[in-house]
Amino acid sequence: MSKIKRLFSNYIFLRVIRAILTVFIVATLTFFIVRLMPGNPIEIYIGQLMSQYGMSFQDAKNQAAALFSIDLDAPLSKQYIIYMRNLLRGDFGVSFLSQGTPVSLMISAYLPWTIFSVGISILISFTLGITLGMISAYKRGSIFDHIMSTIAAILSAIPNYLIGILLLIIIGVQLGLIPVSAMRGTVSPGVKPGFNWIFIKDIFSHALLPIMTYVVSTIGGWTLSMKSSTLNTLGEDYVTVAKARGLPESRITFAYVGRNALLPLFTSLTMQMGFLMGGSALIESIFVYKGIGWALGASIAQRDYPVMQAVFLIITIAVIVANFIADLLYSKLDPRIKIGGE
Amino acid sequence: MKAKEILRRIFIEPLIIISRDKAGLIGFIFLLFILLLSFVGPYFIKLDTEVKLDKIYQFPSKEHILGTDNQGRDIFSQIVNGGRDVIIVAFLAGLISTLIAVSLGSLSAYAGGFTDTVIMFITEIILTIPQFPLLAVLAAFVRLTNPTMLAFIIGFLGWPALARAIRSQVLSIKERDYIEAARVLDLGRIHIIFSEILPNMLSYIVISLIMAMTGAVYSQVGLIILGLVPFYGHNWGLMIQLAWTRGAIFYKGSIFYILSPIIAIALFQWSAVTFTRSLEGIFNPRLRAGE
Repeated sequence: MSKIKRLFSNYIFLRVIRAILTVFIVATLTFFIVRLMPGNPIEIYIGQLMSQYGMSFQDAKNQAAALFSIDLDAPLSKQYIIYMRNLLRGDFGVSFLSQGTPVSLMISAYLPWTIFSVGISILISFTLGITLGMISAYKRGSIFDHIMSTIAAILSAIPNYLIGILLLIIIGVQLGLIPVSAMRGTVSPGVKPGFNWIFIKDIFSHALLPIMTYVVSTIGGWTLSMKSSTLNTLGEDYVTVAKARGLPESRITFAYVGRNALLPLFTSLTMQMGFLMGGSALIESIFVYKGIGWALGASIAQRDYPVMQAVFLIITIAVIVANFIADLLYSKLDPRIKIGGE
Repeated sequence: MKAKEILRRIFIEPLIIISRDKAGLIGFIFLLFILLLSFVGPYFIKLDTEVKLDKIYQFPSKEHILGTDNQGRDIFSQIVNGGRDVIIVAFLAGLISTLIAVSLGSLSAYAGGFTDTVIMFITEIILTIPQFPLLAVLAAFVRLTNPTMLAFIIGFLGWPALARAIRSQVLSIKERDYIEAARVLDLGRIHIIFSEILPNMLSYIVISLIMAMTGAVYSQVGLIILGLVPFYGHNWGLMIQLAWTRGAIFYKGSIFYILSPIIAIALFQWSAVTFTRSLEGIFNPRLRAGE
């Protein structure tokens, strides 16, 4: 009994349960959106097959069932169970447009690029942002602080896709610094994946504009939060005591102030990951960077429902997994979390 | 509280205090300017819809303050007439989000126990689902043929973060003496929430409303740019979408055409955020200490 009780009050265990439950709820939600919404895609598709190709209702229905990997004659509850079973096997059905291509194959082609570009961007933006924020806090009231804070406030207020379009217009079109159309896609044709300079250079040049967009649009937020977090920490008693003890300035800056000021930012990090993964639908569409976000935009525009359904689910799962990892990291960095619960 | 008192507390007092904060004042002036331009401007400047092929992509002049677009139409008239729909949808969506957030957040904090756990659990889950993709997917199913529909969908998905914030606000107010007194007097839950707790959070709710509006502008314009909102009419988002899909952004001379709506939206977002940030500083003196 006490073992079970301890398990349930375990921080990591609770997080795992919540992550799994969220995935389950989202999967259920997508199932019912596709099946129950007015003008649901399956009925529309059957109607299309009947009117365009002169199929009989039964034939059209069979083809639709094959596409969605759903048995349409079964009651909704049974369809739901089959859908869930297929999901667990990683079977998302087949694409409408590129007929015969399994959706799971498309996802494994698109997802890595989004994780790559968003991951690198967060790393750059977070590192730069906290550095600038800390400098601003230490030099508060200086010209550097005023300029940084103003720029940061402006950048963090502008929607990221508008920053993307601005970068495209200014760097690509007006100044002509980079060949915008050659940089579309994720990798140049003919370049073979591998751990060599040509490939690495190529993928970075393709991801350059999306990465720049993510970094420019998020760096302001990090700078501002790090600045206020550092200022709060500077007022803490343990910092005063450390100074009184005559500890070296660098030790106080990094081990006492820096580390503690960083902690509250970790929760925003998880929010940010979700936001960027979600916003990738827009950013990747603007630059025609073929990641999962681009796939979402394209599948919605073309009403390719099996792809759309799966891509949405995958984006959500990616966000949940990212959140989960960040949570684990956070509990490692701040042991108080594990004991206190919330 | 009497209406006059409420009016004074939400509008007059902040104005007096905000005039002391430079950034907040600039934000407020810009916000007011954009609102006037978008809601009063259209009565004076009519939308230019006449195609004039001899006047394509003109640079700013006395005649056309912001130049002309790819069909020779005046850009300034498009900016003046393009803000109203965006702002109305944002306001409606923000209002819906705030209403849901305030009701659920305060209920959660006040009721506590099991109700609190359930509401917060649901909130956390909705918060984890990436909002923009969900909106985009829903837009594929619901024909967003009118602005009200769009506002409702954005509003119904935008409340979770706000609800969490409201909950912690209520939790802190709940412990104060006058609430304790009201509880001892047995004034009833509804009375305590609506007459004792919420009025003390009015400023906070106004701030939340403006923040929810900026969130709604983000989603709304994003959906329009992706081409997922087929409602006709004219607005800043549509201007960007047209410039993008017709390839105008790849033409050097189109700079004023594409830049104008981008700056309009960016300016609205920036001034709203700056204004609320300084409002926050006013209402939360503790934040100011860290400045």
